Amino acid sequence: MSLRSPLGRALGAGSAKEGVHHWWTQRLSALALVFLSIWFVVSILSLPLHDYATVSAWMSQGWTAVLLILFVITAAWHSQLGVRVVVEDYVHGSGMKALSLALVTFFHVAVAAAGVFAILKVALGGAV
Amino acid sequence: MAERPLSPHLSVYRMYRYSVLTSISNRFSGVVLSAGLIALVYWLMAVAGGARAYGHALAILSSGIFKLLYLALLAAFSYHLLAGIRHLVWDTGRGMERAQSQHSAWLIGIVSLLLFAGLAWWMLVRAGGAP
Repeated sequence: MSLRSPLGRALGAGSAKEGVHHWWTQRLSALALVFLSIWFVVSILSLPLHDYATVSAWMSQGWTAVLLILFVITAAWHSQLGVRVVVEDYVHGSGMKALSLALVTFFHVAVAAAGVFAILKVALGGAV
Repeated sequence: MAERPLSPHLSVYRMYRYSVLTSISNRFSGVVLSAGLIALVYWLMAVAGGARAYGHALAILSSGIFKLLYLALLAAFSYHLLAGIRHLVWDTGRGMERAQSQHSAWLIGIVSLLLFAGLAWWMLVRAGGAP
């Protein structure tokens, strides 16, 4: 016998109204990646050589840099959404799960930050 | 908290059906591509590090084991792209009848194999062969 009212027990236990957010952002990033990933794969395979001069000249072009940044950010975002679900499905125990999810988030933010930094550095002429 | 049922209750499913195989392949190829993202950022950071740093990185990235990784990435890309498009079509409410879904499973399987063969051929015949 609890002194809590039925309403008090039910409050907060239901939907947080955020269930569709993961689904929707996954679809949005997927749609963007259809185009960005095809552009990236075709561009990489089209480069005549992968020596430093060729690659840095390619990355210095305005649209290449912009599309590369969009690709890295969108891919990291989409990857985070996907790996998060894998962890949620296969890592058991609330402590391990929370820790794994935190690491997944940190890792993807770091990957995106490093990628964007590297692209900007080359594109803006900081590389020697 | 009471023990509650967990979602991947593998024992209740019949495995090796097209739906199970296409689903787990999509997930697996996605994880492979996530690993590829690390290689991509390593490569980008190497370019940002200048010509000498890039030379060191390229020596690693051009090794045989990395060539295998690129083939795996192209295979994962080919499958994940088509399986993802299949999901986007499903999201519009189309193609969800069992016969249609079996049909599209075969379709993405065959087309992704062809796409992978084409991309792998492109990668292997062109000069360099690095990322």
